[in-house]
Amino acid sequence: MAQLIKGETGEWEMVIGMEVHAQVIANSKLFSGASTAFGAEPNSQVSIVDAAMPGMLPVPNAFVVEQAVKTGLGLNSKINHTSVFERKNYFYPDLPQGYQISQFEHPIVGEGVIEIDLPDGSVKEIGITRLHLEQDAGKSVHDQHPTKSYVDLNRSGCALMEIVSEPDIRGPEEAVAYLSKLRMILRYLETCDGNMDEGSMRADVNISVRKPGGPLGIRAEIKNVNSLKAVQQAIDFEVRRQIEILEDGGEVVQETRLWDPAKMETRSMRSKEEAHDYRYFPDPDLLPLHVTQEQIDAIKATLPELPDEKKHRFMQAHGLSAYDASVLIAEKARADYFEAAANNNDPKLAANWVINELLGGLNKDGLDLEDSPIKAEQLGGLVALISDNTISGKIAKDVFAEMMKSGKDAAVIVEEKGLKQVTDTGAIEAIIDEVIAENPDNVAAYRGGKDKLFGFFVGQVMKKSQGKANPAAVNEILKEKLG
Amino acid sequence: MSELSKDDVKKIARLARLKMEDDELERRAESINGILQWMEQLNEVDTDNVEPLRNVADIELALREDVMNDGGYPDKVLSNAPEETQGFYVVPKVVE
Repeated sequence: MAQLIKGETGEWEMVIGMEVHAQVIANSKLFSGASTAFGAEPNSQVSIVDAAMPGMLPVPNAFVVEQAVKTGLGLNSKINHTSVFERKNYFYPDLPQGYQISQFEHPIVGEGVIEIDLPDGSVKEIGITRLHLEQDAGKSVHDQHPTKSYVDLNRSGCALMEIVSEPDIRGPEEAVAYLSKLRMILRYLETCDGNMDEGSMRADVNISVRKPGGPLGIRAEIKNVNSLKAVQQAIDFEVRRQIEILEDGGEVVQETRLWDPAKMETRSMRSKEEAHDYRYFPDPDLLPLHVTQEQIDAIKATLPELPDEKKHRFMQAHGLSAYDASVLIAEKARADYFEAAANNNDPKLAANWVINELLGGLNKDGLDLEDSPIKAEQLGGLVALISDNTISGKIAKDVFAEMMKSGKDAAVIVEEKGLKQVTDTGAIEAIIDEVIAENPDNVAAYRGGKDKLFGFFVGQVMKKSQGKANPAAVNEILKEKLG
Repeated sequence: MSELSKDDVKKIARLARLKMEDDELERRAESINGILQWMEQLNEVDTDNVEPLRNVADIELALREDVMNDGGYPDKVLSNAPEETQGFYVVPKVVE
């Protein structure tokens, strides 16, 4: 569903590719043994390798290499048996080496493809161009002093995976869907925590516009697009900007632009123009990186079930709708919770309770699933009580509310409060007889043709039974008695 | 290969953050062109079907275990900083 934009001279098509930087989950950095934890005191997680002291040698982290291979496999991509670390040369205060060790001509992961889920329920394939390993830079703080910048090198040398997509994305919705799916895959693989607030996942968006089916336009690279919302907003703005330029007879300049979320605009980063001459060359401190087929196969054997596989399984094995399945797989913890709650239960009913009641309730209380007062097995217990008619769906909501408060098991609450559904027809008959005796006028009216009063009688019976009467039995017996 | 001009040398010097006066640029262009000519000569050797030589020793890249065993010495790291405050390096303001 390529989204076209109407301009003054007709329709325009967007052509978008994304470069995502994902920080690799590891204890230590790409080339040093310093910690990668977020939020430490400035420069407390810096080794002399990260500070680029003369004579220091980088030694690659074996686990980070495995993580990159694992991610490549999760992106259905080709793993390259030989890759080469190169130096990308530029000067900036938070880059003490004067170059970033990256991969250029020979990345560790080559071409692949992932599926994205669009809001209209359709699926589209987005090509992956490559994934390569590189060092992160440090962090500059500009707002602490009028004429000085402060530099913290804690992030310097942390391992990043740069994941580059093909220019297959055709609109902001597809871009958001791509980034969401990529984040989901990385989190399932546990190779990146996907935390965009802390900067462990950052996106650059390459955008150009063209007449539908026409030759590719000149693109601008938008940096600092660091949330799903920002992706949408930056694309909306940049596409408009380019169309206006082109329709006024101008030309789009190939350049790097910065997204400013406060002003809701992109602006040129002139300083980057010359910096594009990075003069890459193989890092003489590092030999080519070799990954054997045996290593790749061993990593492949550890891959978890990925989001799309899980979604299809939920639909086929549990009979869930595509929508319910996609809500449940959005987070691995959520999918695991559902499976535990659905164990030996009606899966559709369990899915309803997880999606509508549990997620809604947690959201209302501002809680994460991990902090849920109701454990998956406990919710399963509640679902089981509904399925075997011990309690009605209506009573179940009260039990659920009590479980959210106290964390007690559903069966305990039902026992303590005497909420067991009354299925004993004798008892229900007795209540119905009482109700009929108390409302002679309504009985007469109903028998005289006012069918709508049936609901009134059901309500009265349920009230008298404190909601515990089995609704199906009430309906049946009422109909019989009111005849 | 075409010869490097004075402007090319000026650009290279700037990328390497080297300050060069005008009269020096001419001299540097000449010497760099000398090196390039020698490279041209090497280019005459037929290297089709020859794998690039990454290193002369027949060894594999050594990797390390993912163990946190370094860092934690901000004072040492900052000991050569031109200026520091609250654990940060302090540099002239550079904003993109």
